[in-house]
Amino acid sequence: MNATNTQEVTNNVQYMKPVGKGSLWRKVYKNRALYLFISPFYILFLIFGLFPIFFSLYLSFHKWSGLGKMEFVGLKQFTYLLTDTTFWQSVGNTFAIWFLSTIPMLFGALVIAFLLNTPLLKFKGFYRTAFFVTNVTSIVAVTIIFKSIFGNHFGLLNYVFTMIGLNPVEWLNSGILIKVVIASMVIWRWTGYNAIIYLAGLQSIPNTLYEAAKIDGANLVQMFFHITIPLLRPIILFTVLMTTIGSMQLFTEPQVLLGNSGGVGGAGVTITMYMYKQAFVDNQYGYASAVSWVLFGIIALFSLLNWKIVQKTGAK
Amino acid sequence: MNGKFSRLKNIALHFLLLIGVFISIFPFYWLIVMSTNKTSDILKFPPKLIFGNEFFTNINNVLQNVDFFKSFLNTLFVSTTSAVAILFFCSLAGFTFAKFQFPGKKILFTLLLITMMIPSQLSFVPSYIMISKMGWVNTFPALIIPGLANAFGIFWMKQYSEEAIHDSLLDAGRLDGCNHFRLYWNIGLPILRPAFAFLGIFSFISVWNDYLWPLVVLNDPAKYTLQVTLSQLNGIYNTDYGLVMAGTLLATLPLIIIFMFVSRQFISGIAAGAIKD
Repeated sequence: MNATNTQEVTNNVQYMKPVGKGSLWRKVYKNRALYLFISPFYILFLIFGLFPIFFSLYLSFHKWSGLGKMEFVGLKQFTYLLTDTTFWQSVGNTFAIWFLSTIPMLFGALVIAFLLNTPLLKFKGFYRTAFFVTNVTSIVAVTIIFKSIFGNHFGLLNYVFTMIGLNPVEWLNSGILIKVVIASMVIWRWTGYNAIIYLAGLQSIPNTLYEAAKIDGANLVQMFFHITIPLLRPIILFTVLMTTIGSMQLFTEPQVLLGNSGGVGGAGVTITMYMYKQAFVDNQYGYASAVSWVLFGIIALFSLLNWKIVQKTGAK
Repeated sequence: MNGKFSRLKNIALHFLLLIGVFISIFPFYWLIVMSTNKTSDILKFPPKLIFGNEFFTNINNVLQNVDFFKSFLNTLFVSTTSAVAILFFCSLAGFTFAKFQFPGKKILFTLLLITMMIPSQLSFVPSYIMISKMGWVNTFPALIIPGLANAFGIFWMKQYSEEAIHDSLLDAGRLDGCNHFRLYWNIGLPILRPAFAFLGIFSFISVWNDYLWPLVVLNDPAKYTLQVTLSQLNGIYNTDYGLVMAGTLLATLPLIIIFMFVSRQFISGIAAGAIKD
């Protein structure tokens, strides 16, 4: 069976190559309806995906305010970018928020998934819905609500702080605390989402593994670190990657929370927000395009790095 | 003894989970508190922590300051149209990739997967320039068309079609003389219905909540979507909490209600989509 299959495949290849274009085109023509069915994606991608990417590369070598002539400046905008401290500040801000949000979020998600995976747990559906509902709430709404919770003077959290004898904190007047507030919104919105993904992964781990561990006298914490985490590695890797890519593109939270200025000293300006400001506030379309390419490079590099690190630590 | 221990453990388990639920639900509670109270009651120390009865006053203030109803209809229109069109184009393409053979299929599908990895920021600025050159600023096509045929939806529909639709059914259809489109329409569509529920609601929610793109391509308040209107409200009336929160509540509630009805299928859809990747 297998042998005939391979033979058939080789036959096919031989048949298709020498006979050449005529029969291939006939095949394509015969299936023209099928190409029509899948064509919308490729047409739209050409127009709104591929063309803009080349256009953006072109723009990044030009100075252009959107009106009048484009001025070719070569790599100047990229070299300027390297020395642009506000840009590097936005890179630093983005990474700081990424760091503050990713670890607590993914760890929290793992714990929730682990708890929800308890056999015969009651109200599982309720819990899943309650944890996930944060993710269908719009980021604009979340930010507006969190802004009032973390208000400098009349925020709810400061009220609670005063009640338990702590000093109120001016959350939005400190560069670091601004990032904490933004990270807390990311954590709130995405922990349930990641928990649901982990839960799906956990359900593929056979219960017998846990039972065997229990017989060997392992406790819950040991099971969590020695069974759950190692077996979930590929899924954890996936969520780390997705979270990283998402964090690098953060925009709505800081923009709605702090406005286009990005808060005190620009402490909340992320890379995407910086790009947005360059393009749509300052009309520097060429420079904004250069920023988007550097952002792309950072995402690619950082994803790769993440991938390597998670793979290495998992392999031990 | 053992029974007592496991009962304790059970209580501890629910206790931990309920802490999580509290964190998750509290902002919604606080949103309702704020939108049902006078701003002065929220901003005093101690603030009012329970529901009030100023909701309709606050709503009235929203409606007097912005055309909230218009934004609502705009959003509803854009989200619904997008979702329906996405369902059609993605299911047709996904079904085609899953169930038919044609030259170049592998390469085309790989290309599609690669496009999923390109961050949208890269094409963001030029897309806006194109939209403005096309005269699409302040139009709904600018919001609907670019997102119509998305790679994720096609990928999702392909996976689902492969699992759910048996080739024998399609063979029977061919014997009855169905052409490719009939096979999709008469045999594929009815079987794909559960996948439609997920992708449809997923797309609807994503478009409803989208902010950056509408913010850029819309500058006429009559065309604003809810998220843009909300952000404007927040920027302009930021001292009037009651007003801003009432608007936020109104803009958020429809999605939460929809989600409550479909949460089960929706959540398993999200999980399945992620695990398959």
